Amino acid sequence: MAQVLVPVEFDPAGTGVRKTTLEALTAARALGEPAAVVLGAPGAAAGVRDILAEYGAGTVYVAESPDLEDYLVAPKAEVLARLVAEKSPAAVVIPSSPEGKEIAGRLAIKTGSGFLTDVTEIAGDGTATQVAFAGSTVVHARVTVGTPIYTLRGNSVTPEPAPAAAVEETVPVAVSDAAKATRVTDRVVEQKSSRPELTEASIVVSGGRGVASAENFSLIQALADSLRAAVGASRAAVDSGFYPHTFQVGQTGKTVSPQLYIAVGISGAIQHRAGMQTSKTIVAINKDPEAPIFELADFGVVGDLNTVVPAATQQITAAAS
Amino acid sequence: MNIVVLVKQVPDSGSERRLDPSDNTVARATADNVINEMDEYAIEEALTVKEAAGGEVTVLTVGPDTATDAIRKALSMGADKAVHVSDPAIHGACAVQTSAILAAALGRLDYDLVLCGAESTDGQVSVMPALLAERLGIAQLSGARKLTVQGSVVRVERQTDGGFWQLEASLPAIVSTWDTINEPRYPSFKGIMAAKKKPVQTLTLADLGIEASAVGLGTATSQVLDFAGRPPKGQGVKVSDEGDGADKLVDYLVSQKIV
Ligand SMILES: Cc1cc2nc3c(=O)[nH]c(=O)nc-3n(C[C@H](O)[C@H](O)[C@H](O)COP(=O)(O)OP(=O)(O)OC[C@H]3O[C@@H](n4cnc5c(N)ncnc54)[C@H](O)[C@@H]3O)c2cc1C
Ligand SMILES: Nc1ncnc2c1ncn2[C@@H]1O[C@H](COP(=O)(O)O)[C@@H](O)[C@H]1O
Repeated sequence: MAQVLVPVEFDPAGTGVRKTTLEALTAARALGEPAAVVLGAPGAAAGVRDILAEYGAGTVYVAESPDLEDYLVAPKAEVLARLVAEKSPAAVVIPSSPEGKEIAGRLAIKTGSGFLTDVTEIAGDGTATQVAFAGSTVVHARVTVGTPIYTLRGNSVTPEPAPAAAVEETVPVAVSDAAKATRVTDRVVEQKSSRPELTEASIVVSGGRGVASAENFSLIQALADSLRAAVGASRAAVDSGFYPHTFQVGQTGKTVSPQLYIAVGISGAIQHRAGMQTSKTIVAINKDPEAPIFELADFGVVGDLNTVVPAATQQITAAAS
Repeated sequence: MNIVVLVKQVPDSGSERRLDPSDNTVARATADNVINEMDEYAIEEALTVKEAAGGEVTVLTVGPDTATDAIRKALSMGADKAVHVSDPAIHGACAVQTSAILAAALGRLDYDLVLCGAESTDGQVSVMPALLAERLGIAQLSGARKLTVQGSVVRVERQTDGGFWQLEASLPAIVSTWDTINEPRYPSFKGIMAAKKKPVQTLTLADLGIEASAVGLGTATSQVLDFAGRPPKGQGVKVSDEGDGADKLVDYLVSQKIV
């Protein structure tokens, strides 16, 4: 069976792989045998081989070099392009992060292939499903040239274990000067949070302008913590300084697709929907019965968030203990 | 410092957008077309760099004739001149092909810095800077929330999950900007009047030495097979809070096995 290359995405803490990698390994099985590709600093592969084996990697290509960490994107695309030329895989499936999409784009040019970004499903014949225009349109598309390259949107596929051999093969890394054009001189973490990562969380609680102040966002955080959820925010809440930009959900923020999305004091503008419309279940709390968010909601409460949210948090916490 | 800003015209993300059922491409002719909002941040950044370092700001777009509106907007904000690549054969081009056209046009321009938006709202792929950096062999500094140019060195804070990466490269380079980088200016009346007299050069594929058959729907590297509106969600439940809103909400979460 032909291989499907899956570049591994490490979690920012450096302690393992991101869930998106397991999703990509799962989706890749529709097209062939997943072969994980570790692209990282020396030692990167050691801690992740077991989990890659558990999720179906028959092979683990190990490309380790400081160059893969010290320069932006281009060296990773170069190593992958060489692997594509050598191994003739059936496809490449990459987690759809900003870096993942950029690797996909460069790889497409290098290998003379087409690529599809933010796909939510890949069928056995290579047809991909994408969601366009703020979630309003579902598209089926396929790559017509070269080795198909897909980037897989987070949370659209459920990771399923499928134990495999994970035979390691070292890949020599020789990075050209051209690929060393952009140096990464520092990586700065500004918000450390004990909450789940926004794009990976199975529950997200988001607050909007209706929350009214940064202090009042503690209501949103408390509800999120009672559900072990991530916290998100609308652009209006971010622009008003209630919550940091990294947590913005929507067209120019994060795209989330959790099991449950709770929108609190958010009107449901099309640009906000763009980032959350594919959530499995949507709950809205808004004092305006005409708010467009209710058109999307599986369950809506028309009421003041300042009374509904603390009462719900208290009941959920009580039920959990 | 010569700067080229890439500007795309897109259907307004706030109005209804659709694909054209006759060939599955974005229905641009019937749409309410506007400048890609993210590109305004790139224009603003270009003007700021020019104000400090001197030089010229050129707007470059690949798109149908109607895209002149987006060009005028950029010129009225303060850009100096524009290049518009327009050719019927471009209809239905994929990102890979569009990048070849943009790269060919950039090859005819004299630039130190290329600026573009972090994403176009009709495609949302955020790949153009990577594609162009790959084709042109220049540095890619994508996803900027802050940009500084010092002599021939460009530094960028690349926005990431929970923080940023500090990037550094030598010019020439391509930088894409997020909406956190600045606050775009509004065109002044004077700017709008001045824009009418600024030069706009129109180029065809032949002018760029690109075969018409090499781009467009027929030879795109990916193809839309079919599309459909997302099935409307079943009518949800909506309750009014009469002091029992939280109870009903929690009951619902229990019924969904979430609590
Ligand atoms: C190009 C572009 C990109 C954009 N990208 C994004 C994006 O990524 N993400 C995003 O979110 N937006 C984005 N926007 C902005 C978007 O258009 C809306 O302006 C924004 O989503 C509105 O945020 P909101 O719902 O919090 O605020 P509002 O629209 O002001 O809604 C606030 C809601 O809170 C309710 N409310 C007020 N007080 C209470 C209370 N006490 N109890 C209960 N409910 C209350 C009100 O009834 C109202 O419905 C973008 C816009 C553009 C043009
Ligand atoms: N056809 C085009 N003409 C000019 N610039 C473009 C075009 N397509 C994309 N761009 C630029 O590339 C950026 C990223 O676009 P995208 O990769 O499509 O999300 C946009 O914000 C524009 O600045």
